[in-house]
Amino acid sequence: MRMFLILAAGALFGVGLIVSGMTDPARVIGFLDFAGDWNPALAFVMAGAVVIFGLGQAILRKNEVRLFTTALPDTSPRPVSKRMLLGSAIFGIGWGLSGICPGPALANLPLMHREVLVFTPLMLAGMAAAQRLFDLDR
Amino acid sequence: MNEYLEPLIGGALIGLGSLLAMAASGKVPGISGIAGHILRRPPGDTAWRVVFVIGLIGAAAIASALRLGSGDFAIPGGRSLTVYAIAGLLVGFGARVGGGCTSGHGVCGIGSGAKDGIVYTIVFFGTATLTVFVWNLIAGGASAG
Repeated sequence: MRMFLILAAGALFGVGLIVSGMTDPARVIGFLDFAGDWNPALAFVMAGAVVIFGLGQAILRKNEVRLFTTALPDTSPRPVSKRMLLGSAIFGIGWGLSGICPGPALANLPLMHREVLVFTPLMLAGMAAAQRLFDLDR
Repeated sequence: MNEYLEPLIGGALIGLGSLLAMAASGKVPGISGIAGHILRRPPGDTAWRVVFVIGLIGAAAIASALRLGSGDFAIPGGRSLTVYAIAGLLVGFGARVGGGCTSGHGVCGIGSGAKDGIVYTIVFFGTATLTVFVWNLIAGGASAG
């Protein structure tokens, strides 16, 4: 049952990416292009996701709802680290170059566009490299 | 459909999927963290993460086949496959070193009001917009010349 819910969660996420337009690099880059012909559509994706997730987790926490005795994760802020600031900056450069972030990199795989077939395996390689280099494999 | 309604509905589905994944796994479900953990050596608790990714890719394939959303996929401004190769490495490397991506820091971090997630999101939005600005400056200059 737990695995079925997680499969459903992944499916909701995947359908959401396709419906939202996050899988279109031109639209993502248009959203990031404040100085040019700015396309605000993807602000609505972020707004919809943040509001539903935010309200939902607040309700779950307030009522101490637990699925299969699983406690919700601790999301209290941790100190901002230089390593993570640097990583986020690097991630942003890659996102701005391509218009693809990790969710759309996976959701676009079935459509087999050349750019994605190059991008996604190298994204996974970059992840593996980061984990070796910064000892994140613990 | 309205050009802002689809993004809003899609975003709500992403938020709902994230919420359900968090409640069922007990973890903050960022995509880069999920993918990264599957690549860990030695492997950790990978079963639920693999199931999540199968659900995501499978449902995306079905949604595309059913023509949900616009179905658009366009590459703007003369970006070559080499650019996509470099960008893929930067996105994967940066998201893991940065501890999250658009979903983990963006949706979950901002959604739960975590100050650190908000700071990292501002940083990657900042460098992404700056990168698009510089790209257009160089590409615009190149095409004008």
